[in-house]
Amino acid sequence: MSEAVRVQEKPPQPLSTARAGQTVRVVRIDAGRGLNSRLASMGLVASAELKVVSNGHPGPFVLIVKDAKVVLGRGVAQKILVR
Amino acid sequence: MKSITVALAGNPNSGKTSVFNMLTGARQHVGNYPGVTVEKKEGQCTHRDWRITFVDLPGTYSLTAYSTEELIARNYIQEDRPDVVVDVVDASNLERNLYLATQIMEMDVPMVLAFNMSDLARRRGLEFDLTQLSQLLEMPIVPTVGNKGQGRTELLDAIVETAGAERKERTHRVTYGGEIEDELLRIEETLGKTDGDVVARYGRRWLAIKLLEQDEEVTSKIRDRQVLEAVGQSVTHLRDILGDEPEIVMADRRYGFISGACQETIQSSVERRHDVSDTIDAVVTNRILGLPIFLLLMYVVFFLTFKVGSYPMEWLEAFFGALADGIVRHWPEGHAEWLQSLLVDGVIGGVGGVLVFLPNILLLFMAIALLEDSGYMARAAFVMDRIMHKIGLHGKSFIPMLIGFGCSVPAIMATRILENRRSRLTTIMVIPLMSCGARLTIYALFIPAFFPQHWQGPMLWLIYLIGIVLGIVAAKLLRLTVFRGETTPFVMELPPYRMPTSKGVLVHTWQRGWLYIRKAGTVILALSIVLWFAMNFPKPPADRLSGLDTQEARQEGLRYSTVGRVGLAVEPVLQPLGFDWKIGTALIGSVAAKELFVSQLGIIYAVESPDEDSPSLREQLRANYTPLVGFCVMLFCLISAPCVATVAMTRQETNSWRWALFQFFGLTGLAYAVTLVVYQVGRIWL
Ligand SMILES: Nc1nc2c(ncn2[C@@H]2O[C@H](COP(=O)(O)OP(=O)(O)OP(=O)(O)O)[C@@H](O)[C@H]2O)c(=O)[nH]1
Ligand SMILES: [Mg+2]
Repeated sequence: MSEAVRVQEKPPQPLSTARAGQTVRVVRIDAGRGLNSRLASMGLVASAELKVVSNGHPGPFVLIVKDAKVVLGRGVAQKILVR
Repeated sequence: MKSITVALAGNPNSGKTSVFNMLTGARQHVGNYPGVTVEKKEGQCTHRDWRITFVDLPGTYSLTAYSTEELIARNYIQEDRPDVVVDVVDASNLERNLYLATQIMEMDVPMVLAFNMSDLARRRGLEFDLTQLSQLLEMPIVPTVGNKGQGRTELLDAIVETAGAERKERTHRVTYGGEIEDELLRIEETLGKTDGDVVARYGRRWLAIKLLEQDEEVTSKIRDRQVLEAVGQSVTHLRDILGDEPEIVMADRRYGFISGACQETIQSSVERRHDVSDTIDAVVTNRILGLPIFLLLMYVVFFLTFKVGSYPMEWLEAFFGALADGIVRHWPEGHAEWLQSLLVDGVIGGVGGVLVFLPNILLLFMAIALLEDSGYMARAAFVMDRIMHKIGLHGKSFIPMLIGFGCSVPAIMATRILENRRSRLTTIMVIPLMSCGARLTIYALFIPAFFPQHWQGPMLWLIYLIGIVLGIVAAKLLRLTVFRGETTPFVMELPPYRMPTSKGVLVHTWQRGWLYIRKAGTVILALSIVLWFAMNFPKPPADRLSGLDTQEARQEGLRYSTVGRVGLAVEPVLQPLGFDWKIGTALIGSVAAKELFVSQLGIIYAVESPDEDSPSLREQLRANYTPLVGFCVMLFCLISAPCVATVAMTRQETNSWRWALFQFFGLTGLAYAVTLVVYQVGRIWL
């Protein structure tokens, strides 16, 4: 990746900071292996596009991942880094 | 006739059971939330000259060793080697559903893709080039609509054709990219040397893939240290150059393969837009409105089952009353009076006393079926997550709890959707606190007996709410003590709302209703007869009855009988709760089945009262007990001793008598403590 590109892109943020209505892209998921693989099987992998339907505050998150609506606990949302 | 076995695999809620029912004509439970089927189920059908056994597997998103269902599904395919695996995919969400397909493909079994929910996909504006997709995936694809029975013949044709076809080497498969493929090859080569039986059984490439994914179950099968060392090196090497766990990169590549295949074969004419489901969700899962809506909905459910059910209940009561009167009136004078009493007091009092509540039971299960089929179940789990999170569980635990409002037995099975053992045990322990349908009969008997019309609804609601609150408190305590541990991450899919089909709802309601009737006709009937004998024998000696009028003599006889003696023996223990010995014996009976509480009170008061013009059971209850005692009885029945079927199920699902007994005695102790406080405080107050 060239310097120029890196400067343009914002640093990844945890998904938990995303607001409702935002569309974000997964950069990395920092969960344990078990959770990582479960998330992957539901379509949550690097570069997947997510639409945030609601940010629970303090409840769970609702996202649209590959045409499916998925609920994530806040703990999980903190482990997903998005841009 | 050739016989084959066909497994149905697929994502949770993709419609496997609907397809299974369509193929076999079975009526297995279908519901619109992930995790309805938790056990594999078998069914048969014949097609042309093939005899096909279908196996409905629990839904899974993947085939890793991280969760029990995935292991069950995977082991079934690997060990039992079905002749064909039908992957039931939700065509309206194809890319995610094909993730599982890529993993089954790697297991090298003959496959057929059932493109289920093809009606929904069409409505969403998706168009598929099935011919090309089928060539790319190298398997037949059949569009189906499981809940409407569409595509049955085509699917069966594809299955028998695949079963009969010559096996061919795959030409298209997921390729994991240069670095990973190199390592896979390396592992495959070391595998060649030893572990011959394992290799022969599972296939070299699949083993290599699973080993590279560090799958614990597969790793434990390998005995050759050299292989394990090679795997270790490969993993470290890949971690270095890829900057991530190999299994994650491999998941990425699978999606890459899928999107490659989809790109050329799917046309989407419309963008996914805000649909009806989203609109409903905006209200139902709203941060502020969600919980009140849920509570209101539950109120409506319980109140309607109670209220609407009370009219047919009255008709049934009148019917059984007339039946009893008829028998008494037409009984030949002086002939086998004991048989008359057995029929009228024992059988009609006991079985009839339970059957009159059939309308309530039907309505309750209808309401639960509606909740299950509409898709609200998963929303309730979502709404309750905030509270559940505070007690160290998460929203998903609430799905089995909701099922528990119907019956604890399927509810305990439904806890299999919980990944974490401690969360699961906690949930199992508190499920009996969700008041089940059988206990509804007790409330339907007691509430109208003691409370005025306008109090009846709130009273019923209060009972249910007390159960929920106690369940939450008990779960919190358990999570702080015996079942301490991490909260598992909460990840759950919210299915789109669906209009419940009348067939689905009726079938489900009827199945539960039939179970209730059958129980009344078997267990309740048998025990009612036993109880009648136990209430009439032994007979007191004549001298004990001298000088008593008929009514007093009947009471004396009852006290002298087996039931009377047992009741009088436990009375001192129950007196502080406000219960007399009659309630005491009914409580003992209710351990066999909660409905038996109602039967037994019915029989006791029928045996005790004169044959003609006997007041109704409700009138007798009102005459004998105060509303406070009535409330305490309901409270005690709500909390105490789960029935034997529940105990057996807990034992089966926890695999230990210890937890089953812990639950039984724990809840009974809790019931005693709570009722004691309520009665003693209430007595001062009222
Ligand atoms: N529109 C539509 N709905 C369907 C179709 N097939 C099934 N359904 C509905 O989808 C929901 C899920 O069906 P099930 O058959 O229980 O799904 P399952 O795959 O067995 O689910 P689990 O046992 O939870 O893994 C139910 O509400 C069905 O009525 C279909 O082809 N089209
Ligand atoms: Mg199912």
